[in-house]
Amino acid sequence: MKDFGYSISKGRTLNYDNSDFSLKKTLEHDVVSYCRCIGCGACASTCSAAKFTDFSIFKCNMLFRNAKYDELEQELSKCMLCGKCTLVCPRGVNTRGMILEMRNLIEKNKNNNE
Amino acid sequence: MNHFDVIIIGGGPAGMQAAIRLGNFNYKTLIIEKEKSIGGKLTQWDKLFPDFYSAEELLQNLTRQLNENVSILTEQEVKDIENTSENEWTVKTADGQYSSKALLIASGYDFFNAKRKEEFGYGIYPNVITSVELEAMIKNGKITTLDGRIPQKIAYLQCVGSRDEKVGNHYCSINCCICAVKQSIEVKELLPDVEQYCFYMDLRMAGQHYEELYRTSQEKYHVQFIRGRISEAASTFDNRIQIKAENTLLSTPLKLTVDLFVLMVGMEASETTRFISQKFNISNEYGFLQSKQRYCSDNETEIKGLFLAGTCKRPMTIPKSLKDGDAAANAIFDYLKNR
Repeated sequence: MKDFGYSISKGRTLNYDNSDFSLKKTLEHDVVSYCRCIGCGACASTCSAAKFTDFSIFKCNMLFRNAKYDELEQELSKCMLCGKCTLVCPRGVNTRGMILEMRNLIEKNKNNNE
Repeated sequence: MNHFDVIIIGGGPAGMQAAIRLGNFNYKTLIIEKEKSIGGKLTQWDKLFPDFYSAEELLQNLTRQLNENVSILTEQEVKDIENTSENEWTVKTADGQYSSKALLIASGYDFFNAKRKEEFGYGIYPNVITSVELEAMIKNGKITTLDGRIPQKIAYLQCVGSRDEKVGNHYCSINCCICAVKQSIEVKELLPDVEQYCFYMDLRMAGQHYEELYRTSQEKYHVQFIRGRISEAASTFDNRIQIKAENTLLSTPLKLTVDLFVLMVGMEASETTRFISQKFNISNEYGFLQSKQRYCSDNETEIKGLFLAGTCKRPMTIPKSLKDGDAAANAIFDYLKNR
């Protein structure tokens, strides 16, 4: 009877007051164009990986801005680094560079925390 | 001598620009202004978007161009206007009565009263301020909370009093989006360590160089634009403001505590504009004045000799108000010449 009864749901609310935005500041410095994303979704629409998985590049940007690194790590592994997204971005975001750098930063962060 | 060729009600940018032209056309012109000095809302502003041109310099430029044909009455509120006979207008103020052949309304706008949006806490919590109050702080070069602290986090909320059915204003006020971008850049220059969040429904950068300034604010000043409308604000025990919103690009709710919460207030028809629109029955659905026809006679009205310029018609930027003042002066020139 494992599924019987009630449990307490974990809150979904992002709490900016106790989130750590230090990785975001590093990325703002390393891939300056990252800041310019407006979430238009052109990258996601041209993405080859998105045809077969629920991968969305602008969502990666948004997750990173909101310091949701746990979810992001899985997302980033879906990218094949083909670079089509960089060709279509109207804001000139270096999306490919951004994804690579996000992977590096999250990896480093994980090692530091271990 | 109380008779003029043209009386202009309102000495803001549109009224001043029209007066410059009418003066140059050699028409005896009178500006009636209810405040202590002419300049309208320009007197409350420090720098203008998107090029940070000084509002004071613009005001000086305009004042310098007014010639001897233009008289100015300040601190005179219009009490009544009458179309006494064909081609004759009489304007009554508390102190006197003035008449003219043509009447130009340039009575402008007022800022939306943010207290009407109680959920944002303006007038209840001291650190909830309007964009007008922030501009005054920028002008003084000192940005602090009401209790004298240097703010570390500031949030801006767009569309307060605009695009909001709940206050009866469906329209967009045009200026606020880019104004928040401008102000956030100025604030960051004064307080390099500040973190800034701008909450929006849509960002409307519909002017030359607006989009470029928006990019700059993201890239160089690291202002964070979050798509989502703040639903409510509450005070913490130490007078900071806690806000709740949905990050709609992530479909996730968020909460955030800031030191200053800035409401980007929209534009509404001013009291004088409302009075005139009702008096002559030329009000649009929001109390602004309705011109004869939007495309080819936007400065004329259905009433002979009554002309309109600037934000008494609808929200406008300052350059547009100035051009509209020019256009109104030309329309009046044609009218007086053919009379």
